Amino acid sequence: MRCAPPPTRTAADLLSDRATDPATTAEAPTLSEVFVENASDGGPLGFLLAQIDPAGGPVLWISDRVSRHEAGRLCIAGLPRPLEVIAVDVNRPLDVLWAMEQGLGCGVLGAVVGEVWGEAPQLDFTATKRLALRAEAHGVAAWLIRRAAQPNLSAARKRWRVASLAALPDPDDSRAPGAPLWRAELFRSRWGAPGDWVARTTAQGRLHLDHRVEAEAAAPRTGQG
Amino acid sequence: MRHEDKLPVLLQTAQGDRHQTTARPVAPAWRAGTDANRGRRQGRGRAGVAADAVALPAGGLSRDPLARRITALHFPTLAMDRYLRHRDRQGNRVPDDLPLALAVDGPHGPVLHATNRAARLAGMRLGERVVDMRALCPDLQVEFADIAGDRAMLARLMLWCRRWCPWTAPDGDTGLVMDSTGSDHLWGGETAMLRDIEEKFSLMGLSCDLAIAPTHGAAWALSRHGGLREICQGPELAQRMAPLPVAALRLMPDTVLLLHRLGLKTVGDLAAVPRRALARRFARAALPQNPLMRLDQMMGRLAEPVQSPDDPPRFAVQSRLPEPVSDPEPHLPAMARDLCAGLAAEGMGARRVTLHLYRTDGEVAALSVATARASRAADHLLRLFEGRLERLDPGFGFDLIILEASVVERLDMVQTRIDGHVDSETELARLIDRLSARFGADHITRPAPKDSHIPERRERWQSAMAPAAGAPGTSRSPRPLRLLDPPEEIRVLYAVPDGPPVQFTWRRLPHKVTRFAGPERIAPEWWADRPTARLRDYYRIETQHGRRYWLFREGLADDGRGGAPRWFLHGVFA
Repeated sequence: MRCAPPPTRTAADLLSDRATDPATTAEAPTLSEVFVENASDGGPLGFLLAQIDPAGGPVLWISDRVSRHEAGRLCIAGLPRPLEVIAVDVNRPLDVLWAMEQGLGCGVLGAVVGEVWGEAPQLDFTATKRLALRAEAHGVAAWLIRRAAQPNLSAARKRWRVASLAALPDPDDSRAPGAPLWRAELFRSRWGAPGDWVARTTAQGRLHLDHRVEAEAAAPRTGQG
Repeated sequence: MRHEDKLPVLLQTAQGDRHQTTARPVAPAWRAGTDANRGRRQGRGRAGVAADAVALPAGGLSRDPLARRITALHFPTLAMDRYLRHRDRQGNRVPDDLPLALAVDGPHGPVLHATNRAARLAGMRLGERVVDMRALCPDLQVEFADIAGDRAMLARLMLWCRRWCPWTAPDGDTGLVMDSTGSDHLWGGETAMLRDIEEKFSLMGLSCDLAIAPTHGAAWALSRHGGLREICQGPELAQRMAPLPVAALRLMPDTVLLLHRLGLKTVGDLAAVPRRALARRFARAALPQNPLMRLDQMMGRLAEPVQSPDDPPRFAVQSRLPEPVSDPEPHLPAMARDLCAGLAAEGMGARRVTLHLYRTDGEVAALSVATARASRAADHLLRLFEGRLERLDPGFGFDLIILEASVVERLDMVQTRIDGHVDSETELARLIDRLSARFGADHITRPAPKDSHIPERRERWQSAMAPAAGAPGTSRSPRPLRLLDPPEEIRVLYAVPDGPPVQFTWRRLPHKVTRFAGPERIAPEWWADRPTARLRDYYRIETQHGRRYWLFREGLADDGRGGAPRWFLHGVFA
């Protein structure tokens, strides 16, 4: 007797699932984009790492040459939670997409993160749609970190714009910065409502969206810094 | 490389029309080698014909015990030759007049293991302590010897020596032995063969002493204690051996010392002692301490066949095409299946697969892919060649394709899961293989922690093909999420020279420091750094935009190691 392996889910299956059960699909791993307002800002990275569960498996971290040069390399000692990282150093944005697609086909990975610098013409609607469908079919979360880029047309299910805010005060040292705070703006979302939040990590290292930022209330807060 | 150079290696190959015949059994035809059944008796080792002669009943055929011809090779300066060759290849040649020695650990500190010519002329002796020899020759340069590497090289040389005769074996740490009976005429006689061997080794930069004698013991003695390329025939054996010192008998040093004290200085002296007296004195001694047995081995009264290890298995599939093709891709799936079937039959998996493509005009192109774990999955190995075949220049077409598993490892059968999925480690290893095949193995990396306080030395990124290193130790003080490599210099305004920064300019933009933590002082590592290296005072700061950075000041204002301290931005916090 032979047992056939369960077939990989096609795009049509996924769409029908989503139509019947919207609550679970909102939580399912998919493609998200994080736009970094200032290229040297580390806040978006912390925001992203807070959403990757280390128990899910190793993380494939792909970065192109300009990103590595401008924003530096990942430092394992600084990760909020211990994470197994496999770094892929490539030259061009096209190679980032190819490596991401290969990684998304491997179901044992916890997440696939790609860093792309600038406006890459290859990163169009078709390419992002491929990544999104592949991520959903294999259940691997895909993250695109975009620096120095405009949010053009894209099939990413969630699109964030993240910047650092002044940190919470350190309880032990009044002159030192404490736990980080970020301003996270979800400006496009496939399943949920967009919004603008102040985000921080919980004691366990998970992401916590603290409270909404109103458009007029946000301005003095960032200015005050 | 031309066809003619490569082809003799593959003695038995697949049929030329194998892709036209469909149902061909997977017979040993995939296997290149002289003996298709050799795999069956793998591990037993190959004893020369002499071993069979020993096994014959005593009353059977009478054979001349001195009929064999044994060649002994001795590399007196193998370790040093190999080190000099290594330095030469690195473009860092050792000058001839520099006394250089290789050392190994002894009971009372390092002792000399090998010396070069300049060191020998300066009076350096092997086995002496390095500190004593330094006193004699203060400019002696000492490096540590690589004993395991030397042994591995000798094992490779042993296989390479099978070009002269099929039975070769290692003989101690600096020697090889070959049973060259009946193969010397292929090289134009024994004298010509010895000259050829010596010439080939000197082209490799290895000095070599050689001798041919009817027994292993005699050849060993003549290569170490005899003349240049000496050849000894059976009838004159006893006469030639008599003047050699007893050390030529392959005895332990204490036994040699004992024989010297007994007044037995040469082999002739020992042979003149009545046999019964020697037998009584050394009845219980093991072979390396037993002069009588060693003497019998030398004179051929005790058989000592050359125990030649097996050739390592070679896995290669060859396809000879009737017409030249410009795209070899359609032929590869069938070849990969054959190769994997051959690997599976031997319980092996490939770590590196090489594809050799022979062009009609004689040029050879080679493509090589590596795997992180041993594998014999044909479709996986084929996928690694994807996208690389297009870059080959076919010229007028390829007419011969060889797919070879050039590095193999033991790979046992594993139980697959009932739902048909491969296990997670294999799946991850295959992903790493595919990425490495496209971007190069150096670009797929895993962190390998090191014991160091300097942040950039703490994490080295090593190729993911290597086994994963241990988990990094957690740092007590906060570390940034990203490190700039190298740190970028910034211009800083500060209130006091040794205090925290107030404002800094980085990438032409001014940043005002609103909050800071630190300093955290990291001293240079005196055992690894130059003496002028300066300490670092790290500050974790927050700017008026809410971004958090890691800055350091290199040195102090008056530490006497350079001018005013410089400031750098080294990392970015979340």
